[in-house]
Amino acid sequence: MAEAALADPIIRIEAVDKWFGDFQALRGIELSVKSGEKVVICGPSGSGKSTLIRCICRLERHQRGRIVVDGYELNDETRNLAAVRSEVGMVFQNFNLFPHLSVLENLTLAPMRVRKLPPKEAEALAMELLARVRIPEQAHKYPAQLSGGQQQRVAIARSLAMRPKIMLFDEPTSALDPEMINEVLEVMEGLAREGMTMVCVTHEMGFARRVADQMVFMDRGEIVETSPPAEFFGQPKTERCRVFLSQILSH
Amino acid sequence: MGYNWGWYVVSPWSEKGQTNLAFLLSGLGWTVGLALCAIVASVVLGLLIALLGLARGRVARSVNRIYVESLRAVPMLVMLLWVFYGLPVVLGIKLDVFAAGVVALALCDSAFEAEIFRAGIQSIDRGQHEAAETLGLGFVDKMRFIILPQAVRRVLPPLGNQFVYMLKTSSLVSVIGLAELTRKANELVVTEYRPLEIYTALIVEYLVLILAVSWVMRALERKMAASDYKPA
Repeated sequence: MAEAALADPIIRIEAVDKWFGDFQALRGIELSVKSGEKVVICGPSGSGKSTLIRCICRLERHQRGRIVVDGYELNDETRNLAAVRSEVGMVFQNFNLFPHLSVLENLTLAPMRVRKLPPKEAEALAMELLARVRIPEQAHKYPAQLSGGQQQRVAIARSLAMRPKIMLFDEPTSALDPEMINEVLEVMEGLAREGMTMVCVTHEMGFARRVADQMVFMDRGEIVETSPPAEFFGQPKTERCRVFLSQILSH
Repeated sequence: MGYNWGWYVVSPWSEKGQTNLAFLLSGLGWTVGLALCAIVASVVLGLLIALLGLARGRVARSVNRIYVESLRAVPMLVMLLWVFYGLPVVLGIKLDVFAAGVVALALCDSAFEAEIFRAGIQSIDRGQHEAAETLGLGFVDKMRFIILPQAVRRVLPPLGNQFVYMLKTSSLVSVIGLAELTRKANELVVTEYRPLEIYTALIVEYLVLILAVSWVMRALERKMAASDYKPA
């Protein structure tokens, strides 16, 4: 996206290392994401892609390097953390909806408590977002009463209710039955068209081709390759990436 | 088995029995009041102690461990005597029998409830914490709206046990002279010389109270389940 390319990066990751005990999960990660840009991260399991995305909303702490999100550096200053978290939405593989709250309450809680929205406005916003993910009729049900695809769409709407500048997706379709994957991808593509900044960890390569501005391939904690999708799928630069693509695209 | 029962002392159909039953039941208010106050106090205390045990700071966690380990080790009767007779001497705090009973029961039970709450809170999936945190909810809001409502629902059965236990141990407060159910029964035994019949009546009194607690807990479980995990 040409106009997005002019802006300063909204996410800047510089020389980030992360260990879990002795295991190094991230090695010298460098990544910039501009406002409005869509980045798709892929790679074999255990390659550190989830860890990386979780570091961006500080569900994990990196031990070395810098991560700057929307001008705030992520470190131990809690003020930064609150500021970043209200700007960054996160969608999980397992949805993580609040099972004891109705769909509507799942969407209104954070806007009311964090953004101090009056209940009426929070509800109007929630209904608008449920319409956008095409399940307004489920507003008064509980998460356990919905299908997996519906639950994930509620989870996306819940994140959007905070009006984030950035949306992170951590394998959002991996826990879904095959027939439900598309309804979630369609919602994500809609978001992409509206200009949301998105970082997605996913193996949905069709989605990646259609939506991504930048493809990132990770292996063993490193970013091995970064390129636009046409180049990435057309002529991958590294052998590791070629092997990976042939494995997931073969069927 | 040559015992001659003398149920007339507690029979609702004799005049003497009615007078005696009224006397026994006059302790009901103290027992219920004592147990209720102690339950509320121990739940609040237990929850606070449990949260300390889950805090990131080492000091808070140590406070939790020391509190639980030491209070769990004190026999209820000893605690009661210590609060009632010891506090005035050591700290100059003179509590009346009711207050001493509430404090002793609440302190002893809060240690057990702290562990129950900790287990409940720790049983909640990490994803719930992560979802709440990434939405920007602070620790207090996260606990209040997301974690505790789910944790409390899970620990209602063991909490119910604890409340039943509390109701029964309230009988120990008779020792320092609170005119609750057991004390009243003891007093009646002294005048009537019919311990077996009177203590049987006392058992029935506790049974009815405890059935009421069970009923309330089950109603609570149903109420909380109604908004939760409905099958699709």
